[in-house]
Amino acid sequence: MAVHRGKQQETEMTVRTAEFVMAIATMLISIAIMWKSTELSIGWVPQKGPGSGAWPFWLSTGMLLASTATLVRWFLRATPESRSEESYIPRTALYVVGISVGALLFLLIATNFIGIYFALLLFLFFYLRFVGRHGWTATLSLTIGVPVFIFCMFEWALTIPLPKAISEPLFYPIYDLIY
Amino acid sequence: MESILLSLSGGLLEAFQPLNLLMIVIGCVVGLFIGAMPGLGSVNGVAILLPITFLVPPNAAIMFLAAIYYGAMYGGAISSITLGIPGASTAVATVFDGRPLAIAGKADQALTAAAIASFIGGTISVVLFTLFAPPLADFALRFGPPEEFALMVLAFATFIGLGGDDIPKTIFSILIGLVLATIGLDIISGRPRLIFFDITGFMHGVNFLVLAIGIYGIGEMLWTLEQTEGNVIVHKVNMSWRAFVRNLGHVKHYIKTTVLGSVLGYFVGTLPAAGATPASLMSYGLAKTFSKDPDSFGKGNVAGVAAPEAANNAASTGSMLPMITLGIPGSPTTAILLGGMIIWGLRPGPLLFTEHPDFVWGLIGSLYVANTFTVLINLAFIPLFVRVLTMPFTILAPIIFVLCVVGGYAPSQSMHDVWLMLLFGVAGYLFRKLNYPVAPAVLAIVLGPLAEQSFRQSLLGSQGEVWIFFERPISATCIAIAAALVLYPVLRSLRKKAKAKS
Repeated sequence: MAVHRGKQQETEMTVRTAEFVMAIATMLISIAIMWKSTELSIGWVPQKGPGSGAWPFWLSTGMLLASTATLVRWFLRATPESRSEESYIPRTALYVVGISVGALLFLLIATNFIGIYFALLLFLFFYLRFVGRHGWTATLSLTIGVPVFIFCMFEWALTIPLPKAISEPLFYPIYDLIY
Repeated sequence: MESILLSLSGGLLEAFQPLNLLMIVIGCVVGLFIGAMPGLGSVNGVAILLPITFLVPPNAAIMFLAAIYYGAMYGGAISSITLGIPGASTAVATVFDGRPLAIAGKADQALTAAAIASFIGGTISVVLFTLFAPPLADFALRFGPPEEFALMVLAFATFIGLGGDDIPKTIFSILIGLVLATIGLDIISGRPRLIFFDITGFMHGVNFLVLAIGIYGIGEMLWTLEQTEGNVIVHKVNMSWRAFVRNLGHVKHYIKTTVLGSVLGYFVGTLPAAGATPASLMSYGLAKTFSKDPDSFGKGNVAGVAAPEAANNAASTGSMLPMITLGIPGSPTTAILLGGMIIWGLRPGPLLFTEHPDFVWGLIGSLYVANTFTVLINLAFIPLFVRVLTMPFTILAPIIFVLCVVGGYAPSQSMHDVWLMLLFGVAGYLFRKLNYPVAPAVLAIVLGPLAEQSFRQSLLGSQGEVWIFFERPISATCIAIAAALVLYPVLRSLRKKAKAKS
């Protein structure tokens, strides 16, 4: 058991490592925004005041400084996170969080192809039945009920058409009915 | 004074319009439900449901959202007491004594005390709000761009000085929110800015809702899914009319701490970084300090439930004061309300009182109505709300995810924003796990365009002289307080180090 435990910890990222990686990542993002800001004037434009790029440039410079401070504090072990050897995302959490994010990714990708309503059906069915392990009554009533509610709310009441992609023709009869 | 009463009665009439009244009642029920669910607080509810409010006129929409805010403050106590898990971070302090009371079989007593205290807190704070808002707005009418900018600096400084989070991480959070707000067309020169990888979706900017729903919808759900693994035990609640009347008699034991907590909560709530959570903790501490029997706190003292509940309700009203009068939100929830007002075409700030009195006074009137309705609905349906808590989270989570996705799509009607929202949600979750505060970023993205505009206008007016912010008395005062707030934690840590050495 002890061996197994040790092995598990080896493969999981500690909070300390995550803090380091995040500090580096935020520094890189800051530098990228600084560089991107210089596409526009970051100096003083006569008659117009500070150039368009100045505000984001100095803000991202501040981001870089703040990230650097986090990195320095990491080396000094000044923050609780930089001392913590606990697992950043424990395996059990990784499962439920990972599967949720995965399902959401699927929902968005599927929306591009089969439209949001059919993507919602698949998403809800998968989540309720396989992640939540709910009974058929709960699964089916919500799988059907939620998209119907969304349709009534957005298309009908708010008249905001949601993306339907190739499923669009299937909705023509309903449009005739409600508009 | 008379003009205030006159305006207030107009506002109350407005709140009693059939549609508005309906929205208030629905808002109260939804808010109670949202507050009671662990992992969902007022900010999550308001962020996720804001897109749906495009259905009704702005007046009704703001009343609905404010009622959710109110209801959530009441609802938070329900799960704090019966589950021992705070329904929202604002109800953390309610657990301290609410939990022991529930274990002792006195959950009904704790729930009644929480509801009554919330009502008292709400009432006192709404009255204070009504009295303070008009003069403050009057005063703020004199503000020019330098004052506006200085005020925003002050708002952000409160996060650094009073937020209690890691300072570099807080600063990073503020700045990234401001940077995200700059994406899109530059308001002054009209030129496209920070269009990453030339993706056209960035041209219309990053709507604050995309960040707010990402962080408070998707990110919060991921966080809660991780936290609520394993089953929770719900404590039984026996509510009967006789028990209710008996519990009502206990009010005299906690009325003093409740009033004290309400006033404290209101003023703490007006500070952007502080808000309901610290207010309720402070109120709890104060109640314990002034109690004749401080040792009974934490073991099931009703005053320990009443004090934080009064404070968090009062703080939620308090946080609306700077939002309405100055255009500076006092909490993440009011930041989203403020963003909503911008979407509805209202310019938040002191002019709101003169330009849209029906909107402002309607909101104030609705606070009185919402406060009364929430306490009644709460007391009447406590058993129902307790049953709702037994609902597994895996039913609620996918529904929330779906609402987030369509809610993220609706304002701009672009899938680009939905992808961005998912990205922000996952990033927000990862940041939060490392204790980066996320609220400052949401506040910053709402205030960002206003801050930049006032900053650039000020500099334009002064021909690039930064001294303009220090020359004008009001702006200089704000900057000075902001500087003190930023320096305070630094000095404190230095002193701690010096002490540790000696």
